[in-house]
Amino acid sequence: MNELVKQQWLIPALPLLAAAVQSLLPRKARKLSAGICLVAMGASCLLALRAFIGTLGHHETERAVWNFVWFDYGTTQLQLGFILDPLTAAMAAMVAFVGFWIFVNATGYMSEDENFTRFFCFMSLFAAAMLGLVVANNLLLLFICWELVGLCSYLLIGFWYFKPSAAAAMKKAFITTRIGDIGFFLGLLLLYWQAGTLNLYDNGNGALEQADKLAVVPGWFGASIATTIAVLLFFGAMGKSAQFPLHVWLPDAMEGPTPVSALIHAATMVAAGVFMVGRMFALFAADASGLALNLVMWVGCFTALFSATIAVAQFDIKRMLAYSTCSQLGFMMMALGAGGLAAGQFHLLAHAFFKALLFLGSGCVIIGTHHEQDMRRMGGLKKYMPITFWCYLIGMLALAGVPPFAGFFSKDEVLLATFQRSKLAWGLATFAAFLTAFYMTRQMFMVFAGKWRGHHEPHEVRWNMWLPIAVLSVFAVGLGFFGGKYGHYLGVHEEAHHGKYLVMGLSVAVGAAGILLGWLLYGRRTMAHADEPDPLAAKLGALFTCLNRKWYVDEFYDATLIRATMALGELWRAFDKLVIDGLLHGVAWLAWGVSQVVRWVGDEFVINGGFDAGCESVRLSGREFAKLQDGRIQSYLRVLCLGVVVLLAIWYLK
Amino acid sequence: MKVGFPYLSLITFLPLAGALAVLLLPKTQERAMKVAAIVASSLSLLFAVKVWLAFTPGAMCFEEDWLWIGALNVRYHLGVDGLSVAMVLLTAIITPLAMLAHWNLKEKVKLFFALFLLLQTGMFGVFTALNFFHWFIYWELGLIPMFFLIKIWGHENRTYASFKFFVYTLAGSIGMLVAFGFLYLKTGTLDFIELRQLAATKPLVEGALGTWLFWAVLVGFAIKVPIWPFHTWLPDAHTQAPTGGSMVLAAILLKMGVYGFLRVVLPIFPAQVAAYVDVLLLLALASIVLGAFAALAQTDFKRLVAYSSVNHMGYAMLGIFASVAAAGPEMFNEKAAALNGAVLQMFNHGISSAALFFMVGVLYERTHTRALAEYGGLRKIMPIYAGVLGISMFSSLGLPGLNGFVGEFLIFKGAFPVVTKTAVVATTGLVVTAIFLLQMMQKVCFGSLNEKWRGLPDMSGRELFIGAVLMFFMFWIGIFPAPLLDAANDAVMALVKLF
Repeated sequence: MNELVKQQWLIPALPLLAAAVQSLLPRKARKLSAGICLVAMGASCLLALRAFIGTLGHHETERAVWNFVWFDYGTTQLQLGFILDPLTAAMAAMVAFVGFWIFVNATGYMSEDENFTRFFCFMSLFAAAMLGLVVANNLLLLFICWELVGLCSYLLIGFWYFKPSAAAAMKKAFITTRIGDIGFFLGLLLLYWQAGTLNLYDNGNGALEQADKLAVVPGWFGASIATTIAVLLFFGAMGKSAQFPLHVWLPDAMEGPTPVSALIHAATMVAAGVFMVGRMFALFAADASGLALNLVMWVGCFTALFSATIAVAQFDIKRMLAYSTCSQLGFMMMALGAGGLAAGQFHLLAHAFFKALLFLGSGCVIIGTHHEQDMRRMGGLKKYMPITFWCYLIGMLALAGVPPFAGFFSKDEVLLATFQRSKLAWGLATFAAFLTAFYMTRQMFMVFAGKWRGHHEPHEVRWNMWLPIAVLSVFAVGLGFFGGKYGHYLGVHEEAHHGKYLVMGLSVAVGAAGILLGWLLYGRRTMAHADEPDPLAAKLGALFTCLNRKWYVDEFYDATLIRATMALGELWRAFDKLVIDGLLHGVAWLAWGVSQVVRWVGDEFVINGGFDAGCESVRLSGREFAKLQDGRIQSYLRVLCLGVVVLLAIWYLK
Repeated sequence: MKVGFPYLSLITFLPLAGALAVLLLPKTQERAMKVAAIVASSLSLLFAVKVWLAFTPGAMCFEEDWLWIGALNVRYHLGVDGLSVAMVLLTAIITPLAMLAHWNLKEKVKLFFALFLLLQTGMFGVFTALNFFHWFIYWELGLIPMFFLIKIWGHENRTYASFKFFVYTLAGSIGMLVAFGFLYLKTGTLDFIELRQLAATKPLVEGALGTWLFWAVLVGFAIKVPIWPFHTWLPDAHTQAPTGGSMVLAAILLKMGVYGFLRVVLPIFPAQVAAYVDVLLLLALASIVLGAFAALAQTDFKRLVAYSSVNHMGYAMLGIFASVAAAGPEMFNEKAAALNGAVLQMFNHGISSAALFFMVGVLYERTHTRALAEYGGLRKIMPIYAGVLGISMFSSLGLPGLNGFVGEFLIFKGAFPVVTKTAVVATTGLVVTAIFLLQMMQKVCFGSLNEKWRGLPDMSGRELFIGAVLMFFMFWIGIFPAPLLDAANDAVMALVKLF
């Protein structure tokens, strides 16, 4: 492992190099661009898998780090570094592997786009930044990559920048996450100050290795320093992982091409917040008060439930998945907050596979139906797109938590971990799991069952689009069986769980109930026309509208935060114009008046004709300039000369 | 007396010689004038690069020290140290690019390039002179050509803007002149280095008079930086100036003010700075936050970029004031980080603001409007332009990987432990900066294309060259900032030790 860690930098470096090369390629070099991207990503994936294999078989937590100096300042230096430990290795392998297959899918999805080359350039840059984030052994390096994945998210959400909605969504995503990032940044600064380093592990001197020490130092608002830092960092995670109340950007991010949604807004970047909390877990858990962990758990729990209710009432195939992603990220956060590091991280990995599968599947559906995204104008696709259907079904069953698919095991671990900490959070999350099964069933029936309600007849997609989802479905089925071993692999020894069978039984029951209800409402009688009202809308009435409008959170932000920010802008603009400039003009007029007096006195009594003549000759020699002047400048210059003369006079008199 | 090969004099006066050459060329030879101007300026660049490469941190390098006016004890004293060497390099890089931006100029070509070169001599002089006497001449010399550049080649409201710029700055410098007159009476020297040594032991002027002199000098520099509330000349002057003028104004002339704090205010008035640091921090904070909010409400592309300078200079001032806000050896490295960050921010803002003003100019040349509402969707027809603007915008926004981040990170790294509350409030500026810059990007490049601009050409080779040079520095410093920091660090530490 000590040797392997020295090559960790290569994992992000290869896609970075690919991005750099692609940025210089002309638009026409489509095949070359995609080729470079796939080769780099494939190589990166092999390196990540090699590192992953290197971490297997170690019974105790082992980690290797490799730090280097970025620059010196004062009498100290700033280091950056890379790490290889189980948490990183598994995450890097997932990112590189899922990323590679999403790239394959994108060669099909984007095949008709004129900016194909640019797309793969941005995607490579994203992969580099995301892998960099995962292999960083330094919070600053992690933050740098964190911002860069945000940049790529911005660029790719706005890939179809000519659509005003995409242009608005890209800005919204960047700004919303940046608000959270301010918290991250402050947490980073506080950690740097208190620990004296940003290296996470450094032979006992790393920031995380000092967590116990930081837990007893008093911090802000009565909490310990460790908790203060953890809470600040968590704001960053809330932005990135779309946790309430910073979740609003993620659904709008669906304006980006679907492979982007799959890679960035489902499998990897949005999970970076969860990964970061896992990475910094020692700080979150350092404090006996459990304040930071409780915050994480409740934010996660609330988001899981809140987003699930919204997902129930959406019609856009991708937006619905986006809310589902919010909700699942909430599950992960909740597990971490409940102390279930392994459960949260394993749900992250499993979710990455089946949610990427669902997004890519929805991309296949969109291509197959000639760019239709409204589920009301779909239907009956099982007949037209059989491969997509079967893969999508696997993804749906995994997300709904049906045994033995991956999501069942990972979600069960999450619920079990939560059950140990808080029965209320567990209850709410179980209800969210019920809603998950319900909305996925609703989507399956709307999209694949019944008869085709759209315009042009749909068709199955080409191999380069369905092969990736077929590969991912293998993992959506099989990954769950490793869930039990994951905690051991990470080196976390969680306490023996009680209530295991109660939690599991209820989890299966609510999953089945959700599917049953979905079938009752949407499966027994499928939609016949696109403009038919939703059966749920009839039952829920105004509540459905409220869910459909996402609880009016966006409207609330528009009316309060955004309006207030813009008003502050107007206020300070006007302040400059009216108050500051007003004062300035007042002073100027006063000075002008005084200068008139001074000039009169000066001209008559102080300055003799010689000085005036000198000025005159300057004026003549600069005829070109003089024409352009309004005379006042010269008075000022004269005052200046006067100053010099006075100064010299003082010196001589002294 | 110190005599070596007079590199710094050469750098300073080469543009002046170029100006004379331009003036002597026949009226019809406009192309030759442009070539002559850029060549003269590039020669300066060549020597500036030589100075940068041969520079040894921790010492005053390339000193030239002659007795000039014996009766007044005025010495012709030049030199560069870690505080100024990067500024000399920046001046040498930006000025030829700014002139190149006016390659297609048609009106009064001779005068324009002659003035521009004169301006460059003034700017070099400010960063190399170590004696107040000729330093002040250069300081004023930077003012006069810029006044004419705005007045003659400026936009619709140029008379007001140029007048405001000139009188405001001049008013500030008169206070400075008087203050140095007093210092001279007290100490008998105008040499910055000697004054610094004298001030290190005890305040040069005690009591209320000392305070008055401090404020007189400080306001002079604060206007130049500009620090809130002395900033309102800036949006007018920057907006009305021709492209190259705006580039140089933002990239270099503002740095003269910040440099004044490093060369004059901190070393010569340490006691007074320490006494009033709370007020100064508050003003820096106001620059950051209020500058950003004011930028948010702008509808004019250029004015928005101008206001971003107020905000960015605020970070530099935050770094400077934070580095002196705690006395003694306590938190030495934090203070050094803040001041290193400020020095880096000076260079970084020079690069990114020059790039943004240049990009505004490129668009203005094609559309003859600066109203953000008039643009939209330009990426469709000008993809290269959109790319360069995007990178410049993110450099200004402080995106990691580009230059702006490193400076801002160091400033906050240093300021946060020393002046925690101020630093926390200042982070709101980071959010608002992102909002107005992304909003600008959206209004210019994204959304549906305004059909009026359907046929606009993308950036030409010449324009792309200017953008590429600036982008090179954005990436270089963003990824590998060590050379700039190594150059500055020793001088920075020496300055921090004064407090």
